[in-house]
Amino acid sequence: MRDVAVVGFAQSPQVRRTDGTTNGVEMLIPIFAEVYEKLGITKSDIGFWCSGSSDYLAGRAFSFISAIDAIGPVPPINESHVEADGAWALYEAWCKIQTGDVDTALIYGFGKSSAGNLPRTMALQLDPYTLAPLLPDSVAVAGLQARLGIDAGLWSEADMAEVAVRSRRDAESNPYAQLRGSKDAAELLTDGYLADPLRRHDVAPITDGAAVIVLAAEDRARELSANPAWITGIEHRVDSANLGARDLTTSASTVAAARAAGIDGVEVAELYTPFTHQELLLRRDLGLGDHVRITPSGGALAGNPMFATGLVRIGEAAAHISSGAAGKVLAHATSGPALQQNLVCVLEGRS
Amino acid sequence: MAKVRAAVLGTGQTHHKAKRPDVSMAGLCREAIDRAMLDAQVGWDDIDAVVVGKAPDFFEGVMMPELFLADALGAVGKPLLRVHTAGSVGGATANVAASIVQAGVHKRVLAVAWEKQSESNAMWGLSILPPFQMPVGAGAGGYFAPHVRSYIRRSGAPTEIGAMVAVKDRLNGAINPYAHLHQPDITLESVLASQMLWDPIRFDETCPSSDGACAVVIGNEEAAASVDRPAWIHATAMRSEPTTYSGRDQVNPKAGQQAAAALWKQAGITNPLEEIDCAEIYVPFSWFEPMWIENLGFMPEGKGWTLTEAGETAIGGKLPINMSGGVLSSNPIGASGMLRFAEAARQVMGRAEEHQVDGARKALGHAYGGGSQFYSMWVVGSDKP
Amino acid sequence: MSVTAPLSAPIELAFDYTRSVGPTLGRFMTGLAEGRIVGVRASDGRVFVPPVEYDPLTGAAVSEFVDVADEGSVISWTWAPSPLEGQPLQTPFAWVLVKLDGADTSILHALDVSGPDAVSTGMRVRVRWAGERVGAITDIVCFEPAEGPRTDITRTTVEPVEIVTTPVSMSVMHSASGNETTYLQGLERGKLIGQRCPQCKKVYIPPRGACPVDGVPTVENVELPDRGIVTTFCVVNVPFMGQKIQPPYVAAYVLLDGADIALMHLILECDAADVRMGMRVEAKWRPESEWVPGLQNIEYFRPTGEPDADYDSFKEHL
Repeated sequence: MRDVAVVGFAQSPQVRRTDGTTNGVEMLIPIFAEVYEKLGITKSDIGFWCSGSSDYLAGRAFSFISAIDAIGPVPPINESHVEADGAWALYEAWCKIQTGDVDTALIYGFGKSSAGNLPRTMALQLDPYTLAPLLPDSVAVAGLQARLGIDAGLWSEADMAEVAVRSRRDAESNPYAQLRGSKDAAELLTDGYLADPLRRHDVAPITDGAAVIVLAAEDRARELSANPAWITGIEHRVDSANLGARDLTTSASTVAAARAAGIDGVEVAELYTPFTHQELLLRRDLGLGDHVRITPSGGALAGNPMFATGLVRIGEAAAHISSGAAGKVLAHATSGPALQQNLVCVLEGRS
Repeated sequence: MAKVRAAVLGTGQTHHKAKRPDVSMAGLCREAIDRAMLDAQVGWDDIDAVVVGKAPDFFEGVMMPELFLADALGAVGKPLLRVHTAGSVGGATANVAASIVQAGVHKRVLAVAWEKQSESNAMWGLSILPPFQMPVGAGAGGYFAPHVRSYIRRSGAPTEIGAMVAVKDRLNGAINPYAHLHQPDITLESVLASQMLWDPIRFDETCPSSDGACAVVIGNEEAAASVDRPAWIHATAMRSEPTTYSGRDQVNPKAGQQAAAALWKQAGITNPLEEIDCAEIYVPFSWFEPMWIENLGFMPEGKGWTLTEAGETAIGGKLPINMSGGVLSSNPIGASGMLRFAEAARQVMGRAEEHQVDGARKALGHAYGGGSQFYSMWVVGSDKP
Repeated sequence: MSVTAPLSAPIELAFDYTRSVGPTLGRFMTGLAEGRIVGVRASDGRVFVPPVEYDPLTGAAVSEFVDVADEGSVISWTWAPSPLEGQPLQTPFAWVLVKLDGADTSILHALDVSGPDAVSTGMRVRVRWAGERVGAITDIVCFEPAEGPRTDITRTTVEPVEIVTTPVSMSVMHSASGNETTYLQGLERGKLIGQRCPQCKKVYIPPRGACPVDGVPTVENVELPDRGIVTTFCVVNVPFMGQKIQPPYVAAYVLLDGADIALMHLILECDAADVRMGMRVEAKWRPESEWVPGLQNIEYFRPTGEPDADYDSFKEHL
């Protein structure tokens, strides 16, 4: 396997709504410029391009086509697209570099959730014969999962509130985060329910945003970055879509991906958990003890730019390596209802 | 670093029809998958990852349907990826699956591309107009027809070339049991007499709207060792360009030209017309055959139609094209690209049955999408690269 | 460039999807029409409700069908205080996972109770059947507490269900980009405003979020005349769902004088057969009182009668 590293990362501010279009061009152009400048490259230095986005989020078929204007793909580019979070686009790009066909890749993800009704739209991911016609929105599905854990004594509403507090207070030092700062847990718990057992603080906000990551192989990575964040493991797995048949209090696919990626010894774990109970679930499943810093960026609970959030986790985790603050970190991305599909990326520094 | 060699171990597809009311979406996919796995002689435990491709989710009204299909696709507990690159997606999906094997990540990957267009209506799906845009376009045909006119003007091609392609592809489709349209009685006269839909494109020169799926199993050298005559993947290429830009050649797009150039180079091919035995290329409107012949570099610009006119693109000719009947005979949009790739593989595996080109050892699979802006292609061969 | 709020308008996307259910789900849907709940038994003995089409362990198509009760226990619940249109109930309700007696998996649906205090994990619930059943999941209106007498429903055998129709709709607020807004507002004033890329200097109309070649925002407004040439075109003869103009009509690429890309529009006031590549055309505007921010303010383009443009002068735009 070739050594491949994250050498560049930029993200747009995570905001409640942008004035831009659903094809993301306005959010992408400045962050492309930012990575080019940071790395001293131009678009012609990129060997492969891959993006993640969703037609349904944009309300447009072929919505990703307009986004490539932000690249300026003339002359033509070697490019692909996944209908998924940018983290999976990064996986495709990582594989492409592994084939030896290219040495560099630029990956981007974007989403304008403010344009529609996100929880309702996510119901359209469910079984179209037996579930989607009832429109169980994503908050409802998460609520069902949360209660199963509460009933089983795996987590409590107080535990969930603590996750919200920590996340949004950590976000105070994240200039890109949308929600920064938090009341105390005790005060949060006096709020009424949004959707019993979930309160507003248990749920990620609606966010517009975009992110970009540049990957490079071997010597090219060393040319572009003084401290590349080497990907030493990247794996993803999917669980059954059958919500009534799957044990929703655990995430078998995350465990399998983490085991295959090799997460022992990580110091930082950026988890993509848009619901507070899901962080508690994953910390337990992955055995992340108190010595691991969990989602220090504030994570999805502080800003959830759909289809970029997973990519942001990888960028945020990589930043700890590049700055020298940590030697081994993991980033996690999720997709589908109640943590159905999960990706784990392990990054390490080298002296 | 030497790339891991990858090969197609088996292919499968559905019986493509306007409507498949006998199956659910899962059933449609499984029909192709089960055939591919049988053709490859593998079981579920042999599949390490699943890659799914399809065109816009609005066609079926399900957001990211690979998620709800994970169980039926045999993907539970495995990696699952979903590619979406407009019409070229079927080919892009096969390329991504090949890439995963060539990366040395997995031993065997199942790639499936599908579309169940009858759940809605393809023209509606392709014509959804965002606000502030004027409703002038008329679906895909209305988009491409003006550029076909430009090709005819630029090349000076005789006006019945389009009809000749339609006759050839539909007669090929008539002997392919999987094809949607079976028109054994089609003639040049009947095509020329059919209604002009978007002048200069006629009804009989236009692809159908089909429900269908295609699947391929791709494996590494170790996996291919136990397969009789796998189709070795000699090269893959993908290129994209914007839908419009000043000076863009809409008839002979640069993205297609450059994808082909990269493909031939990777495959070590210097004279495609001589070295490629047959090709499955994405021809949804008959005039795209001469246009792609030029774009791919088989013939010089302006001369593609001469190959068609001389009958050289029929089975038995110098460069048989779309022996399966092509997109003109079956068009489940998300799957069509993979059908081209799979049919190319079947040829060099010697498994193309009634539409087999004798002695085919090297074949091209090609797909395009969007406003002729996304290209995916591969070269497969009977010999190891 | 003036700072105005970009134009926005909702997109409504709706279609009544006709879904063929296949043999396995077909049995389930037929059962619903008949007022029965049908599950399948998998190779490990578990009964799945709703049925799965393929065995989770072997991958084979499942074939053993099992009737289960229409009553069972709540496995989990969450409260929906503000139901969305299209959800099973329009008064606040609970979403529930219910394990029906005889099933090993739970079904997700709605429970009609007055408040979160009236629902609990483990409580007994039963199906409230629709009076008219068609063979769809909505034949189960919702669940209700399993207490008190139960109205008998008429159960008849029905023809096997093959298709379920599921309307899917969504609404998204579409925003035009800043550049596009300038262009649309220009049209509202009867002007055609393109934009020039600062790098390649080409003039785009309609403008795009970025110059597609250079990937930089176009910022310089360029007012263009409402005349130009037809580069290429087609004659649309075919009607299709969602079409707004009556065929036959000529859809043409019109390269306005001074523009570097062509835009698509209609050609009228001449026979379709007379339209030619290179033909000089001018806009025919609608009455000013009808102007909106959109290209449809130009009703169509018509020939000016001037000599055709030389092919060489526009061939690079094809």
